[in-house]
Amino acid sequence: MRKTQLVGWALAAPALVVIAVFFALPVAAGLLLSLTDFDLYALADLSTLRFVGLQNYARLLQTPLFWQALGNTFYFVVVGVPVSIGLSLGAALLLNARVAKWQPLFRTALFAPVVTTVVAVAVIWRYLLHTRYGLINQGLESIGVGPVDWLGNPHWAMPAIILFAAWKNFGYNMVILLAALQAVPRELYESARVDGARPLRQLVDLTLPMLTPTLVMVGIMTITGYFQLFAEPYVMTQGGPLRSTVSVLYFMYEEGFRWWNLGNASAVAFALFVVIFAVSWVLLRFDRDPTGATA
Amino acid sequence: MNARWAVWVVNGLLAGLAFVSLFPLLWMLSVSFMPAGASSTLPTPIFPSTVTLDNYRQLFGSIGMGRYFMNSLALALLSSAISVSFNVMAGYAFAKLRFRGRDAIFKTLLGALVIPGQVAMLPLFLMLKPLGLINSYAGAVVPMMASVFGIFLVRQFARGIPDDLLEAARIDGASEWRIFLTIVVPLLAPVLATLAIFSFLGSWNDFMWPLIVLTDDSLHTLPVALAGLSREHVQDNELMMAGSVVTILPVLLVFLALQRHYMDGLMAGSVKG
Repeated sequence: MRKTQLVGWALAAPALVVIAVFFALPVAAGLLLSLTDFDLYALADLSTLRFVGLQNYARLLQTPLFWQALGNTFYFVVVGVPVSIGLSLGAALLLNARVAKWQPLFRTALFAPVVTTVVAVAVIWRYLLHTRYGLINQGLESIGVGPVDWLGNPHWAMPAIILFAAWKNFGYNMVILLAALQAVPRELYESARVDGARPLRQLVDLTLPMLTPTLVMVGIMTITGYFQLFAEPYVMTQGGPLRSTVSVLYFMYEEGFRWWNLGNASAVAFALFVVIFAVSWVLLRFDRDPTGATA
Repeated sequence: MNARWAVWVVNGLLAGLAFVSLFPLLWMLSVSFMPAGASSTLPTPIFPSTVTLDNYRQLFGSIGMGRYFMNSLALALLSSAISVSFNVMAGYAFAKLRFRGRDAIFKTLLGALVIPGQVAMLPLFLMLKPLGLINSYAGAVVPMMASVFGIFLVRQFARGIPDDLLEAARIDGASEWRIFLTIVVPLLAPVLATLAIFSFLGSWNDFMWPLIVLTDDSLHTLPVALAGLSREHVQDNELMMAGSVVTILPVLLVFLALQRHYMDGLMAGSVKG
């Protein structure tokens, strides 16, 4: 079997080399980079580079804008993820209802925003959210709600971005949840109905427990994705107003590619990684599903 | 609850959601045909009162959107072709060929999924710089040439190929490479299609890495160019909508044409192994 050994390695090698050289190596280098004072001068002349230990991280903890970026990102995740998944779940339940018609058509329509380009749909939404000419404000006005300066008011900019992100992303989890719903045996519903359980009871006692493993998985995936917020504020608000939509990655991008403080920016990237990892880990601990389906 | 009511409520809500999902896209299309400034009047028009192609003319004329379109297309095709080949070879090897360290390597790969890609971006930029790959297609494609997700997807699928089939071919004297090309690849065709769509859309829609690595204007992809334009042309709403149409329409069409394969991949990828 020496031959399959060799063939196995040969076939796996190209992908493994790519991942090793262009992912694993940079990640390791990034960790080292975050321990140096790599900046514009080092970019021109490497001999000015110094090892500074954990100073970048220490300084980061004293940088108000970093904390603000972290706070903004948490705001986006803590509000945005439940809103998005709630919408996904609601849509999946509707699509799965016995009385739903044209299911494939509706599914495709609701999924369409997922495949679109973030930058391009952010451009559309920026105009839908325009204070004066935006159709959203005109809709609100017709029900008597005064114009909201969505992207110009520091209190409304993040909610506006959350609204946009929920619209853009809910279809993805909807499809996954719909598949999980369809996997629930119909007989279970039959017997629940025979036992006299009303639809709401069925939802709470039967459907949601069956969905829990999928919901946890979808939750972790969505949280991980939402922590990586970048293109939306880049296009819609440029981090403003009053830095209320600067996300951690936006901060990293500016620190790294605008000010060329690459050591510092690398520390930001690792800080974000640690945060994502910790949050996912805690969520997995919370999930005490006896079947271990998500472990 | 009355059953007839349920029909109306469920389908009414679905129609409402479908409207909300599609309206921004349809409105984008509509505004892209309006003359400059027409969408900045009250009440904001839904349909163009006069239809014009001026925005598209300006986009492909003075702004040079054709160039960005070709950049996006070339990068998406290039990265799909390379990543599909690499991922299929590796996924098959991990599923069907025994080699030393296989399972340990695969576990490591899955573990690496928790690391967000942005962690690698800054050092990768510094690595590519001395190699002269900043501002080149190669630099933009490099991190997309293989993916753990892709390998995982192929492996899941390839595990279903019966061992007897491969053994029989081996006994007949077929070389491993021949078995791979003539037996395995045809059997994996559906997953190849899935993978190709995912990498095509992934590359086309990608923003942060091309923004970092392609600083030269002539190499910009559509999203990078559009983001730049939307900062310069804040007032030119109709022009921006035409730019969005050019960016979104190709991926929407690809998705609609190959929807089944896309959904299959989404399901398979979400079954965590």
